[in-house]
Amino acid sequence: MIPTFLKKAFGRWKSLFKKRRGTMKLGLYGPPNSGKSTLANRICLDWLGQELGSVSNIPHETREIQIKEQVTIKSKDGDELIFNLIDTPGIATRIDYEDFLKYGMTAPKAKKRAKEATKGVIDSIKWLDEMDAVLVVLDATQDPYSQVNITILGNLQARNVPVMIVANKVDLRKANIKRIKTAFPQYPIIGVSAKYGKQIDEFYDSLFELADR
Amino acid sequence: MLTLHIVPYNEIADLTSIGRIRKLLNLAKEDKIVLLEGRLRKEEEAELIQATMEEINKDFRGIELATIDAISKNSDGFAKFKNAVASVILGDRQGLTVIGPANVVKAIKKDPHKIELLAREGVRRRKR
Repeated sequence: MIPTFLKKAFGRWKSLFKKRRGTMKLGLYGPPNSGKSTLANRICLDWLGQELGSVSNIPHETREIQIKEQVTIKSKDGDELIFNLIDTPGIATRIDYEDFLKYGMTAPKAKKRAKEATKGVIDSIKWLDEMDAVLVVLDATQDPYSQVNITILGNLQARNVPVMIVANKVDLRKANIKRIKTAFPQYPIIGVSAKYGKQIDEFYDSLFELADR
Repeated sequence: MLTLHIVPYNEIADLTSIGRIRKLLNLAKEDKIVLLEGRLRKEEEAELIQATMEEINKDFRGIELATIDAISKNSDGFAKFKNAVASVILGDRQGLTVIGPANVVKAIKKDPHKIELLAREGVRRRKR
């Protein structure tokens, strides 16, 4: 039995995919280090044979909007979804260059990274208006009640942009999807490990299920 | 010494979005922890983050932000309706917003019903 609010959420996705197949902009949003670029790379590697951008354990590795156009995903039935995949810099409310020093960076490099990261956050927020649909990527090992998560989801809701939450890093023992479901019961949620490809087929299927309803 | 600045909703009710954001951000830049009665609009929260990023420098490292709703997501339909009506009449004065400068506030932990603010030890004070 699927709750009504989930049906509505899936229904919005369905109509959007039907209307805009081939032209839609699918954004990846979330806090830093949640695995947005890892997921983008997984999608691009699986379907285009090449990665989109670099990934790192150091926060704010992605500091510019990255776009891969015309990504085509095929279902087992031969159905196709075509979209432009947009990987965005992680959104944060604070950026302290001293945090980067802990990763062994020199002070000038850390300051440069911090400056670029602030611009990246601004760009991510500006791009909210451009998105046709968004995957909000959350680290399933982290507290989901962060204000960044709430602000991202609230802004997408205010803009009527269809959203699915991707609970990433489910390969880690501390991962807790239930906590994310409790925090955001109104959104469809799928757990994946973008790094190891765990449940990635279910992730692709869920995009098709959403599209076909 | 930590300074807590309480902002009643009346003080921002008649301001434009930019005015609200400037007021709150200016207080945070003075190393004050701001306790706002009510909430900013969703778009204003994003604009606050954007404005914060534009002003980050060697002295100002950003903010910690948390909001708490007046009613829970699991509230029944009548409670939500009452809340919506109150918001229309009174503005977004329900709930609570906490904003703290990152060099004063280490972290804000939140669950749906409470906010815990962890202050830094030996706060770096800016020269004025």
